[in-house]
Amino acid sequence: MKLKTSVKAVLALATLMGAAAQAAPQVEVLHYWTSGGEAKSVAELKKIMESKGVAWKDFAVAGGAGENAATALKARVMAGSPPTAAQIKGPSIQEWGQEGVLANIDQAATEGKWESTLPPVVTNVMKYKGHYVAVPVNVHRVNWLWVNPAVLAKAGAKAPTNFAEFFDAADKIKKAGLVALAHGGQPWQDATLFESVVLGTGGADFYKKALVQLDQATLTSPTMIKSFETLARIKTYIDKDAAGRDWNLATAMVINGKAGMQFMGDWAKGEFTAAGKVPGKDFLCVAAPGTDKAYTFNIDSLAMFKVKNPEQQKAQLVLANAVMSPGFQEVFNLNKGSIPVRAGAARDKFDSCAQKSMDDMAATSKAGALLPSMAHGMAINTAKAGAIQDVIARFMNSNMTPQAAAQALAKAAKTS
Amino acid sequence: MSVTPLTSGTRPAAAGRRPAANDSTGLPPLKSGSRFGALADAWLPRLVLSPTIVASLVFVYGFIALTAYLSLTESRMMPNFEYSGFGQYERLFDIERWWVSAANLGIFGGLFILFCLAIGLSMAILLDQRIRHEGALRAIYLYPMALSFIVTGAAWKWILNPGLGLEKMMHDWGFTNFTFDWLVDSDMSIYTVVIAGVWQSSGFVMALFLAGLRSVDDSIIKAAMVDGASLPTIYWRIVIPSLRPVFFSVLLVLSHIAIKSFDLVMALTAGGPGTSSDVPAIFMYQFSFTRGQLGLGAASAMMMLATVLAVLVPLMYLETKGARHGR
Repeated sequence: MKLKTSVKAVLALATLMGAAAQAAPQVEVLHYWTSGGEAKSVAELKKIMESKGVAWKDFAVAGGAGENAATALKARVMAGSPPTAAQIKGPSIQEWGQEGVLANIDQAATEGKWESTLPPVVTNVMKYKGHYVAVPVNVHRVNWLWVNPAVLAKAGAKAPTNFAEFFDAADKIKKAGLVALAHGGQPWQDATLFESVVLGTGGADFYKKALVQLDQATLTSPTMIKSFETLARIKTYIDKDAAGRDWNLATAMVINGKAGMQFMGDWAKGEFTAAGKVPGKDFLCVAAPGTDKAYTFNIDSLAMFKVKNPEQQKAQLVLANAVMSPGFQEVFNLNKGSIPVRAGAARDKFDSCAQKSMDDMAATSKAGALLPSMAHGMAINTAKAGAIQDVIARFMNSNMTPQAAAQALAKAAKTS
Repeated sequence: MSVTPLTSGTRPAAAGRRPAANDSTGLPPLKSGSRFGALADAWLPRLVLSPTIVASLVFVYGFIALTAYLSLTESRMMPNFEYSGFGQYERLFDIERWWVSAANLGIFGGLFILFCLAIGLSMAILLDQRIRHEGALRAIYLYPMALSFIVTGAAWKWILNPGLGLEKMMHDWGFTNFTFDWLVDSDMSIYTVVIAGVWQSSGFVMALFLAGLRSVDDSIIKAAMVDGASLPTIYWRIVIPSLRPVFFSVLLVLSHIAIKSFDLVMALTAGGPGTSSDVPAIFMYQFSFTRGQLGLGAASAMMMLATVLAVLVPLMYLETKGARHGR
């Protein structure tokens, strides 16, 4: 009898404690920012939240492209206990919106005046059916070409601004006995290269029609075939060991002067600065050939999930506002190598590459040439992007003709 | 959730030769005579085994059924249980990458099993000649099995990488004409998977065969020797035929390793260059979990299960038939 009472008491106490823990405002954030600079950035967000009286529960799932995180998230949502917020980006936000599990955070958007500080291309990605469901964290530019000026000087070449100059420089570097283009032959890297080539060949409107709207006629047009021809020529400047190479190893080739150039997003800058290199002196960041008037973006964002507890809902809005606050945007992006998503952020602490990126983003946003990156899941849903990626990978690793590749691309775009 | 149907079907192969445990329960009798003892005798084994049975029913066969059903729905990112017919299979058969993976499975599976059997059996026969340091040699050959396929894949990735491993070494030694770039050649990359797989598994096959060889009755061999048969003839006509059950077990184990191969390919080539060394397991994983096409992934998983059954059922049938005839 006595035992029974004490068991009851313990149970009651445990329930009470559980309830108390439930009541305190708390956010649980699922993310895959686990590398050095990224983890530092997340710690910053945690500090801001705790200063506002909201406890932070970390739910980090390692794995660069977030595949593991996505699987963990699906399991949690299916079990009926989603985290407060999760790192989801691009059209995946819409897919989650269709599942009916995302929370409306319009209130935070009104308070923070998001409409006036964010470009419309960006806000559209963050909304589901006209309501904000996600908050953007940073902007990566994808269409960069990273150049080692010492290699160029040795080969007697100059940094290219279009494909004619690019091939000229590449020939000279090759003649000097070095690898002209550092590349990693993984499907996503092939897609990153392809995307920049399409943008450089056809321009912003062509890119939009082909890789965002997936217009069938555009996908098989002569310009697309020309893009594949250019890509085929670029292939000849890549060393044969590129198959399966990680992007950062390719970047290391540029850093060490083994290779002259690399097409890669601005996360590559982190590798250069970590190696103690100075932008403008030891390495150059130039827009990919022919794309200096356009900008392909890759934006990380936190999508908010429906939570029942009103305290938690309030904490969610606090989180959204904290992420958009100029202070966090500056610290986070300084650590991560990307740039703040909001306009008018303080810029003097950023390096010259980041400042150029900010200027180009503002300019292209006005000109309508701010474009979602297809290779990084910003433009089309994962099924279509995957099918297109398969076609590019096949083209890069076989003797497929440009005509056949364009036809295969058009077929892949029909994937439902 | 969908590629685990096999584990319950395979048993430690060497056990096939041993006589069965002495009685049906295998437990020492409890206090015989008392009523409680008799009850416990009858029920304890069932009680102890039932959670395992329930667990396998739910987690193996239950999930196979669930996957089969999912392959008949339009499931995208999350499961959707609305029946929609065989559209996912049509879609699957229309994807060129699926056929690349299926062909790769054929190449890899066939060569992997063939080479493992040939190399494993030859090594077992050679080791069976009562040589010195047999124990040490056996350990050396068997040791690769102690590594996971991930480690094997990563190690062979470095060895076969032309700019890093074998080819570079030969160039450094002055053989500048030497080329071995299968790993980065999209026509040959699947064969590098065969090399790594065979390296890892043939020692294990050798161990099974060696156990089988040791269990062959010495007196038959001696009788054959007395009759003047040569050693190759003895092996070819007497020893190898009596290894039939071992062959079955080895085939079972190897074929399911081949069909579910995921980690080795992932670590060695990651399905590349491009998608040229893709196998169905990687296809299934990518489409279900990273491309939000759960229904399509389930359909590909069912095709893998069909392949497993196509190999397994005839093998099991032959084996049980052999046992019935009291071979």
